[in-house]
Amino acid sequence: MPKPRLLNREEESLPLERELLVRMHDLMVKARVLEERLIQMYKQGHGYFWIGGPGEEAFNVPLGLLMKKGQGPAYDYLHAHYRQSATMMALGEEPIGAMRQMKNVVTDPYSGGRNFAGHFSKREWNIAPVSSPIEVQYAMAPGTALMQKRHGGDGITIVTGGDAGTAEGDFASCLVWSSRKGNELPVLIIVTNNKWGISTSAEGQHGETNVADRGKAFNMRTKTIDGNDPINAYLELQEAMEYVRKERKPFLMEAVVSRLYGHSSASGANMVGNEQDCLTTFEQRLEKHGILTRKEMDDLRNRYSEDMAAMARQVIQEPMPGPETIWNHIYAERK
Amino acid sequence: MANMAQAVRMALHYAEEHLGVTDIFGEDVGPPLGGVFTATQGLKTAWNTPLDERGIIGMAIGLAMAGGKPVAEIQFADYIFNTIDLLKVAGNTCWATNGDWNLPMVVKTPVGSGIRGSIYHSHSFDAMATHIPGWKIVIPSNPLDAYGLMISACQEINPVMYLEPKALLRIKGEERIPGEPDNDKLLSKMIDAPLGDRSQWKPQWPELEAYAVPIGKGKVVRAGSQVTVVSYGRTLPLCKKAADDLAAEGVDAEVIDMRTLWPYDWELIKGSVEKTGRVLYVNEDTEVTNFGEHLVRRTVEELFYKLMAPPRLLAGKFIPGIGLADALEMASVPQQGDITAAIRTLAGEQP
Ligand SMILES: Cc1ncc(C[n+]2csc(CCOP(=O)(O)OP(=O)(O)O)c2C)c(N)n1
Ligand SMILES: [Mg+2]
Repeated sequence: MPKPRLLNREEESLPLERELLVRMHDLMVKARVLEERLIQMYKQGHGYFWIGGPGEEAFNVPLGLLMKKGQGPAYDYLHAHYRQSATMMALGEEPIGAMRQMKNVVTDPYSGGRNFAGHFSKREWNIAPVSSPIEVQYAMAPGTALMQKRHGGDGITIVTGGDAGTAEGDFASCLVWSSRKGNELPVLIIVTNNKWGISTSAEGQHGETNVADRGKAFNMRTKTIDGNDPINAYLELQEAMEYVRKERKPFLMEAVVSRLYGHSSASGANMVGNEQDCLTTFEQRLEKHGILTRKEMDDLRNRYSEDMAAMARQVIQEPMPGPETIWNHIYAERK
Repeated sequence: MANMAQAVRMALHYAEEHLGVTDIFGEDVGPPLGGVFTATQGLKTAWNTPLDERGIIGMAIGLAMAGGKPVAEIQFADYIFNTIDLLKVAGNTCWATNGDWNLPMVVKTPVGSGIRGSIYHSHSFDAMATHIPGWKIVIPSNPLDAYGLMISACQEINPVMYLEPKALLRIKGEERIPGEPDNDKLLSKMIDAPLGDRSQWKPQWPELEAYAVPIGKGKVVRAGSQVTVVSYGRTLPLCKKAADDLAAEGVDAEVIDMRTLWPYDWELIKGSVEKTGRVLYVNEDTEVTNFGEHLVRRTVEELFYKLMAPPRLLAGKFIPGIGLADALEMASVPQQGDITAAIRTLAGEQP
């Protein structure tokens, strides 16, 4: 893996504005507390299944902050997988929606109680629906990107997924369709590499050195980055996005991230302990550089914990969808 | 009269000019070929894709998400099977998001036997397609309906699966498509790509109209009183001919062309079966968990006391493929003689 573009730990000062650092930290904490709340809801029986993104905040928060938010081809599209809660928080989404989906109540804004946790959808912000089959989003991303290329402007398509899933043909489809000569598409193709697919280690499954290397055969710009460092992730994403926005060509980025609570509730959803926690390391740096004090950070976490505990208490009182609603929205109707 | 391939082409031309179709694409769909059945020759938004069926369906979904109106082609339905989970995603996107997203997209694909296509150019897809909720599924049996159903498909805001019976693609119609010139040679000169170098060729489109066959509406193609025959696609004209032939024997059969498989015109079928008390469903997909079995089940449950004979299904044999040799294909899927015999038997069946 190439070296992170910055920073040994003896750095003089952090290369981003204080305000941005504080904001990123705030969102990382918010997303982490949300995921921990979702796990707790699962463990208390308020939901059938948990899957989410604790451990990916350092990458997913900058991604959301850098996205051009809005509806239609002038804005960025996100085709995500199920670990993208921190991106949603960074885009300004209210955490209560994720809890409603966890509890599958009728107020669930993403699926009306139909889908698993972490399966976001928000057309108003070009958030394509997350669906469970691994990798299908990579086959769709070139479609939104083609509309954007025709539309002009600087809107791009972003697609995310895991490392194991890149073995699916849809990942190859994405590489092929976004790099056709003369028809290159503005797609930021992201792979968050946590080195696992459920229980299967990446070790022994991949002949390529880095997943990102596969883009090279398609004359694509590629990079493997440390996704556990939010400053690095911010700067790398900024550069990659700028390239995709301006050049209207694809970029394949592989971000090495952690999986802090295992794959999902199916594997227990317990803290694993042996992986780097991006929030801990970031907080150490913020403290060391005098950006935030330990107390400020603790207070922040406590505040979010209280807020979200209150939200969860509210959510569990909300009604479930009625059985008659199964017939709703099989087809869209002309308004 | 136009053949079905020309009819589809003209409808797509109308749709890209007037109905907002942005992309007509698939393997060999764009120039120079314009589709292996010529159905997309000369269309201004037609383009060639990589040889990747999953990529084609994914592209259609993405285009539809971002405001496009795609018509995607899978070159032969035999090759659509590796896209089934993407077809499921397209079909469930509106429902799974509780109405947040809808996908206005059309997938067209040639189906069925009749061109000696052997094991991988003869598959049907109606049984499989009707297992995927969230799609509307149409299948024409003549050029005019092919035109009208394509117009409706392109006006839809939900995914539409447009099945093209490949045995019928080159058969001329009996009814004129509104705007189509009187003279077949002239039509061919206007819209068929020339042999040889086509790089300078441009079609001359006739003045076409938005003639639409509504999705969900079947059609009685022959009225009769003794037995109802319900079919679609390749076997429909065979059913019609069988009914015409059997009239000489005193058998009066009513023939219904379903045209839409989902959501289908049950009222039309029901009315007819209530009248005749006998019904034969005919299609050529393999007979186990066949769409016709669903129709038989519904007939039994809803019309049992109106029936004079058990409802019957004549469909393809449940075998792994359709063999190339003449005798093999003929033995595998319903042919004229099979259909005529089945109607005759059912009409004469007494309790
Ligand atoms: C097509 C498909 N096959 C299998 C599964 C079951 N499954 C869910 S997640 C997963 C592992 C995915 O690993 P990776 O792509 O690395 O993503 P991660 O969960 O590690 O972020 C599997 C096999 C699925 N959802 N879809
Ligand atoms: Mg993984």
